[in-house]
Amino acid sequence: MSCEVLVHNRVRLALHMLREGNGRALLLLHGLGEQSPSEPPAFAAEWTGPVVALDFTGHGASTLPVGGGYTAEILLADADAALAHLGEATIVGRGLGAYVGLLLAGARAEQVHGTVLADGPGLSGGPSVPTSQPVFSLTAVGATPDPYALVELGRDLRPPDYAVIFTRMAVQRSSLDEPITLTARFRPAWLRAVAEELGVAEAASISEALANYRA
Amino acid sequence: MVPTTSPTLADIPGGRAPDREYRIDAGGVGIAIHEWGDADAPPLMLAHGGFDFARTFDTFAPLLADAGWRVVSWDHRGHGDSDHAYLYSWDADLRDASAVFDHAADRRAVPVVGHSKGGAMMIQLADAHPFRFSRLVNIDGIPSKRPIPDVAEHERTKMLAGELTGWLDHRHRTAESQRKPGTIDELARRRGRMNPRLSFDWLRYLVTVGATETEEGWRWKLDPSMRFGGFGPWRPEWALMRLSGFGVPFYGMLVEIKEEMGWSTLADDIRPFLPEGGRLEMLAGVGHFAHIEQPHEMAERVLEFLGAPA
Repeated sequence: MSCEVLVHNRVRLALHMLREGNGRALLLLHGLGEQSPSEPPAFAAEWTGPVVALDFTGHGASTLPVGGGYTAEILLADADAALAHLGEATIVGRGLGAYVGLLLAGARAEQVHGTVLADGPGLSGGPSVPTSQPVFSLTAVGATPDPYALVELGRDLRPPDYAVIFTRMAVQRSSLDEPITLTARFRPAWLRAVAEELGVAEAASISEALANYRA
Repeated sequence: MVPTTSPTLADIPGGRAPDREYRIDAGGVGIAIHEWGDADAPPLMLAHGGFDFARTFDTFAPLLADAGWRVVSWDHRGHGDSDHAYLYSWDADLRDASAVFDHAADRRAVPVVGHSKGGAMMIQLADAHPFRFSRLVNIDGIPSKRPIPDVAEHERTKMLAGELTGWLDHRHRTAESQRKPGTIDELARRRGRMNPRLSFDWLRYLVTVGATETEEGWRWKLDPSMRFGGFGPWRPEWALMRLSGFGVPFYGMLVEIKEEMGWSTLADDIRPFLPEGGRLEMLAGVGHFAHIEQPHEMAERVLEFLGAPA
């Protein structure tokens, strides 16, 4: 397994090549508090293109920032750095990675050829409407995953209509009829809203979802 | 004729440098604090707006200090003399602010004045940490619903997509980017686009405290990764939900003359959410930077509301 280092502002992101291949890459986005797997997952067995996995800021082998300040949008820019490196990709996101994958599918609809939203840590995020959330500080631990990432990205606001905007951007601007496929069985409010949109498919497993996006 | 020498405080009527400047460690991020007035006087916290810095209070803060307050302001992360951070967020700004409050006021209730984004941040901090606030003054920093242009949904989607890709493309470049260098006059003219109502003398002066002189010229200290606009799930009008629950005296000021840097908030949007006894005024004839345009009038309003320092 090799690892590329991508520079995103002051952060160095680790992009792991899990398996070489020909054609479009499969980009894996991990869940909250996770890191990239060290082997290609079983669901990628039929994928003929390269299989790559990104460690988000504050996770795995990527930079551990000081002082927190995480947002899903910054992770979107992490994933966009990986996409720019790959040119185009099909995405499988777990948990938090599913939410970030949806944002990227909307932002870069022409370069993302199908996104699979799967169960995983950090799928729900925080409330979907503003609440009195605490202002807090945490003790640095000197290693990933960053405790600030765990707290800030575990409670970020995810209003359903915000997720729907990104879904519509993906559907309106993608060359695919169904650029988003849901395999997640747990459905927080934002994901329930996404599921009701046109152009969003459902699949029983990630490998079944990927069969429709194969290179 | 455009002056060519470096401006100093002598060129700014009523301008005064802070009496004390130092840094604190806010969880690994160095935050610069600027204080005016007697160190033993009761503290009054002063929060600046987005893309500003504490020294933009060089004419306003001394007037509050002369009335008997220890005026404590700070540069938000990435702004002024504070550290450029790895990450920026509203929550991180509130965390830094509470470190400044802890340092300057322990956990006592003190009066707070916030301008623009600093005002909106203080509304949120007052909701999360009410024990820190005895009174809150907000200068044109109450966000309300953004006016949504009357366009078809697919057009709106296209507009957001353009904003998004513009921001993401910017993120591809930030590792290498630096603020554009220039002369004092060039930087002053650039800032004039954000501050069209402020005098050229003032803008030139701001360059000398908000920028650094390098071999290539002056550069604003602001982190070059920061950019106007942006997007996210947060909606400006959500600040109003917090406003109505305040238990301390509140004084909000909106301005009649709308500017790019303000939220163009309408008084009618705010009134239903004012806390019990809260005061809201629309100031005639001034823009978003009212405290710089009219420091004396603004200080008088604030001091009258705060009462004697205690």
